[in-house]
This record gives sequence, structure tokens and C-alpha cells, in this order.
Amino acid sequence: MRRSSGRFRHRAVVLAAVAALLTGCADDGGGDSSSASGGTDAAGRTTITVGVFGVFGYKQAGLYDEYMKEHPDIYIKETSIERNENYYPQLLTHLGTGSGLADIQAVEVANIAEVTATQADKLVDLSKAKGVRRGDFIPWKWQQGTTKDGKTVGLGTDIGPMAICYRKDLFAKAGLPTDREQVGRLWAGDWGTYLETGRKYQDKAPDGTSFIDAASGVYNAVISSSAETYYDARGKLIYKDSPAVKEAWDHAMDAATGKLTARLQQFQKSWDQALANGTFATVSCPPWMLGYIKEKAGPKAADQWDVAAAPRPGNWGGSFLTVPTAARHKDEAAELAAWLTAPEQQAKLFEKQASFPSAQAAYTLPQVSDARHPYFGDAPTGKIFAAAARGVPTQILGPKDLLIKQNIQDVGILQVEQQGKSPEAGWKAAVKSTDNALDQ
Amino acid sequence: MASQPDTAAAPAAPPPPSLPAAGKGGGPTAAEDRRRARRSRRYRRDVRWSPYAFVAPFFVLFAAFGLFPLLYTGWASLHRVELTDPTHMEWVGLRNYSRLWEDDFFWNALRNTFTIGVISTVPQLLMALGIAHLLNYRLRGSMFFRVAILTPYATSVAAATLVFVLLFGRDYGMVNWLLGTVGIDAIDWQNGTWTSRIAVSTIVIWRWTGYNALIYLAAMQAVPNDLYESAALDGASRWQQFIHVTIPSLRPTILFTIVVSTIGATQLFGEPLLFNGSTGASGGADHQYQTLGLYLYEQGWVNLHLGRASAIAWAMFLILLLIAAVNAAVVRRLRKSQ
Repeated sequence: MRRSSGRFRHRAVVLAAVAALLTGCADDGGGDSSSASGGTDAAGRTTITVGVFGVFGYKQAGLYDEYMKEHPDIYIKETSIERNENYYPQLLTHLGTGSGLADIQAVEVANIAEVTATQADKLVDLSKAKGVRRGDFIPWKWQQGTTKDGKTVGLGTDIGPMAICYRKDLFAKAGLPTDREQVGRLWAGDWGTYLETGRKYQDKAPDGTSFIDAASGVYNAVISSSAETYYDARGKLIYKDSPAVKEAWDHAMDAATGKLTARLQQFQKSWDQALANGTFATVSCPPWMLGYIKEKAGPKAADQWDVAAAPRPGNWGGSFLTVPTAARHKDEAAELAAWLTAPEQQAKLFEKQASFPSAQAAYTLPQVSDARHPYFGDAPTGKIFAAAARGVPTQILGPKDLLIKQNIQDVGILQVEQQGKSPEAGWKAAVKSTDNALDQ
Repeated sequence: MASQPDTAAAPAAPPPPSLPAAGKGGGPTAAEDRRRARRSRRYRRDVRWSPYAFVAPFFVLFAAFGLFPLLYTGWASLHRVELTDPTHMEWVGLRNYSRLWEDDFFWNALRNTFTIGVISTVPQLLMALGIAHLLNYRLRGSMFFRVAILTPYATSVAAATLVFVLLFGRDYGMVNWLLGTVGIDAIDWQNGTWTSRIAVSTIVIWRWTGYNALIYLAAMQAVPNDLYESAALDGASRWQQFIHVTIPSLRPTILFTIVVSTIGATQLFGEPLLFNGSTGASGGADHQYQTLGLYLYEQGWVNLHLGRASAIAWAMFLILLLIAAVNAAVVRRLRKSQ
């Protein structure tokens, strides 16, 4: 062994190279590219990595460039995974092993309760970070990113206060008012009157059109405007007897069995096609949905869509920024997260990317308060959504909200709406499927 | 040292003075002998061990990405472990397996995997056989057709599935439009029990028929022409030749494709996952086309129960072993009967 010959040495080198290659492969590449240089690049700048899902729009709105200009020693690199279903499990495994993490990691609102409940010890308390002002944020959003013992692990980015988007042309043909104020008054305060309006619409509906796109859309809108849903304030699972779930379920069933819906599934190809063909008259829409509708309905439906207040304000969507304690540049990352979620930046993001601010201080800024949407009949979207945002109740979130909701919508409601089963059978199937998913 | 040509080591030749080893040895011949012995030892070692070094990369990779995950999932399947806290494992023994026994969703997934497997594999292999037979004729542009039937295989599952989702759309799908022209009402392919399974199978059939056809074609071309000639002399028609000459000659190939397709069918995942983008891993509102692969994914990556998902993975593995055993038995029977 010790008498290593030239050839042996040569072979050893080859083997070592192979081994190095292998360990190189095995080493988790995600977000680690800066590790070789200790997180600083050739120009001596600190590289802060930001991990997001889908399009957060910071890059598109030029916020990274602006920050880098103000901080010449910082370089920001964003990595994005398109779907949260793929992003979130990966984030959990990375948090579990403490490796492969970006300095800032985004978290979807559907996951934030689970993250604050189970991952708080692996995340930095951002309430004490430089530049964070609690009062800037809308209270219920701040609450969602905070643990029971008062540690704020997630800073709110955008939110999704809901309004109702409706087709003026279809409303007119069905003999309903088309002015957004009057439309809002048609169903103000109660989801039941919204469905009542639907029945009126259906009586004189233009051929081949429906009032609502999908019953699960109704369920989502109602449940999102309720305070106590799947868990009670003490964190106990109550979804089977929850009054809010019952109300949302009954309304959805009312819509499904009353033939008020186009029997679609949101964000499916068939839903896109229905938007393009204008076969449903209303859909509950957070600000981010407006861009979607505009894209799918296309130029030929310009001036047809408008936005009215929802019967009851609810919230659908929105995200948070977190900083893992295992991040390489915690302090710089916390500072960047604070800057990105500050009211001024949120207002800029709303202007460029239509992500509605979770910082209420932004609502008085001109980018928000004067905002109008030309595609939606110049509707004052900034005012409509800000009013909705202020009205959203502080929801009690639980760790498995997303799972329960998915099973109720994709199993229970779909069985009734698409397969023609009875509401009782649908509910039973939803409960069975949910229980199977919840049980460890 | 090692670069010295062998001829210089001949015993009769005096060692070159420039070599330091020659001066230090007991005598010139003794040193020469030792060196030669060493060289031959080294050569033997080289011959003996080098191949292992050459194949080592595969086995190192296999150990890291094949064996380790297999053993780790086996270990995880005996624990209660959640993706939210993967390092915390609580020993539960065979609990994850015993609950599979009572799990309606597991049996449903197993049944679906079997049904979809049968309605996709059987027509697929029969069609492949027929296409291969046609391609085996002397025909103009045969190369074109051979490449053409392989293109679906080269398409990604995601792209193919998305196109099929459009084709099988309820309101604006082409299949329903075609059915409409012959007076059949629109079918809700995604939400029907059998219709959704058939639609998923169609995607599988479309992707894999050409692939299997090429395998059959290769095997057919190895069938000696004399057999066909003598069959023709005996007055056998084309069809009779196909049944009595081609099929028996192809038996091992057919068996091979059956095994490969069965394994593929057991692991069916991408097509049903993407067939309904928004319900995803549940495989339809009624779990009507949830396969084992989907159920595994749902438990592990949607419900975040790693332990239960691992148990499903191992159950699938055992099912595949069972299939392999049945197949081996069939092969033995066939060989004996020949």
C-alpha cells in the first residue's frame, strides 16, 4: 500500500476524481452555488438568495435592482419553483435538514399556520428585524405569521381580498343592473342573496350561460369570509361541526343542485375556455384574479367585465417571507425581507404586478388609492379591494386547513356537482377522505 | 520505472547503469528478479482489480440513489414520520402495513391500477403486434413509418397528457365533438368512472404502442424466412402464417413486453396525475382513477405522511416481486412445454 507506484497513484487520482464528482452530485445543489466563495462574489458583494414559488414579481417590478443600487455590497439572486405543491414539501425537507435553504424563503398563506406551528424554532423572529414596523401591516395578516408565544416568523407580502367579477353584458340580458354600485347592493351582506340573485339570473339567462363558474368557488368565497372555520381558537379540529363550514357547504350545495353553476373546475383548461367564451356571469375574484381573467377572456371581452363588492369580504391567497435560522446571511436577509414588505415597495408591486398590499399603510399611497383597471370598465380596484381588505375577519388558521379544504372541494363538492351524487353522499365522502388525509 | 520496456528486463541483458534500483540491490540479477516479480504482481493485481474500479461508479451511484433510498423507505415505513419533521421518527412496527389492509383508498388504488393496467396493456400490445406485422411487409417509406410510430414515445408525459385533456374536454373537447357528429351526447370523461379510466388508458396506449411495435418488428425480422416459405408452400394464408409462424417465434419477445408493460402499468403516475390538473393526486372526485403511484404521492407529498407513503412504496415493491415470480413460473412452464 505504502509503496505506491506511478500507475497506482494515477489510478488513485482517477478514483478520487470520480469520488469528488459523486460527492459533488450528492451535495444538494439548491441555493448552494455561493458556498464555495463564502457567499461573496468576485466583486466582494454578499449574495442573498430568495426562494419563491410561481411569480412573486419582485424581479419584474425592479425591486431587486433598486435594492442593489441602494446597497452596492448586496447581490440578490432569486430561485423560483413554479408550483407551491412542489415548493412546499421541498422547503419542509430543507428546513428539517437545515441545508439547501435560501436566505429568504416564501411561504403560501395556506401553509403559514403549519409553518408557524411546527417550524418556528427554525425561523428567525422578524418582528425584531431592522426596518419592520408592526403597525404597517393589516392586523389579521400580521397575526397569521405570528406564533402563539408572539414570535413573528413570516412577514406578510400580498393578500387576496375578494370582490365579485361579473359580466355586464350577461347581466343586462338577464335583466339585472350593470352598475357596480347597484350590483354590489344586490347581494350586500349575505351570500344567500347572492345565490338568490343567481336564481333570478338563471330565469332569464342567455342560452348556455350560468351565473357561477363552480360550486367550489362559492364554497371558497364563503369559507374565506368566516372567522372560525376548521379549527377553534384553542386549536382543536372542529371542521365536521363548524357552523362556517356548514354555511359554506350548504351554499355550495345550493348552487350545485340549483343548477346555478357551469359545472367547471377553476384553473382547468375547460375553465379557461369558458372564460374565453363568456359562459358564466360571476366569479369571486381577488386582485390577482383580474390579470388571469383579462388574459383568458382576451381582448374581445374588454368592457364586458366589471368588479363589484362581495357580499361579505373574504381573503383568498397571499404569501409571507421567512428567514431560516440556517440561512447564510440572516441579518442581511431579514433586512431585505423587511424592505420588500414595507408599504412603499408593496405599493410599487401592486402598481406593476397587481399583488394587493398587506401593508395597510400602503392603501393611502396614490399607487393604490387611485388605481383603476381599464379592462374592468375602469373600476376603482384600489378602493374596492382596500375596503374589502379592511373588512376581512381575523381568521383562525390551523395547520391542516389546506388539506381539509382540498378534500371538501375536490372530493365532496365535485361528487355532487359533477357526478350528480346527493349532498349527503358528497359530505360523507369528503369526511372519509379528509380523515384519511389527516390521520398520521 | 514502470515505463521501462519489457525487452530490457531480459535476464541476459545487463541492467542499464542509469537505474538507481540496480545499484542498491544485492546483485544485478537478484534486483532484476525482484523487480520483475513486483511488476508481475502489479500486473496481476491490475488485471484482477481494475475491472472493479471501472464498474464501481455504477455501484456507488446505485448504492447512493437506489439502495439507500430503498432501505431508508423500508426503515421509514416502520415509523410514524411526517414531512414537517422528517428527523423525528416514532417506532410503530408494522402499523403502517396493517392499516393499509383496512384502507379503502389503498384497495381502491390497487383495483384501479389493475383495471387501468389491463385496459391499457392488452389493447396496446395487440395493436403493437398488428402494426409490427404490417411494418414487416415490404413497403415504400418503411423507415418513415418506423420513426413515426416511435414519436409518441419521445413526447413527454406532461405534454401528451395536456393535449389529451383538451381532446377529452367535456364542453369543447374534440372527442365529444366527434361523438356529437354521430349523435352521441357529450360525455364527461374526467368525472365518469369508466370514461376517466378509458381516457387515461388512451394516453398510455398512444405513448407506448409504437415502442412495443418496434420491439416486435425487430423480433419478427429475426424469424427465418424459410419458415414463411414452407408455410406458404403448405398453402397457409398470410393470416395463418401470422398465427402459426410469427406468434410462436415471438413468444419470448411477447413475454418480455408483457413484463415490461406490467411494471410500467403498476407504476402508472404521470398520466392520471395530470389528467385532472386541479384535483391532482386524489385521482378524480371519487378517486375513480387514483393509481397506487398517485396514492403514494398523495400520502407523502400532499398529506405529508412519509411513514405511510413509505409503506405504500414497499407494498408496491412487493407486488412487483410477486408479478416477477408469477412471470418466472410462466416462463418455466412455457420452456417445459416446448
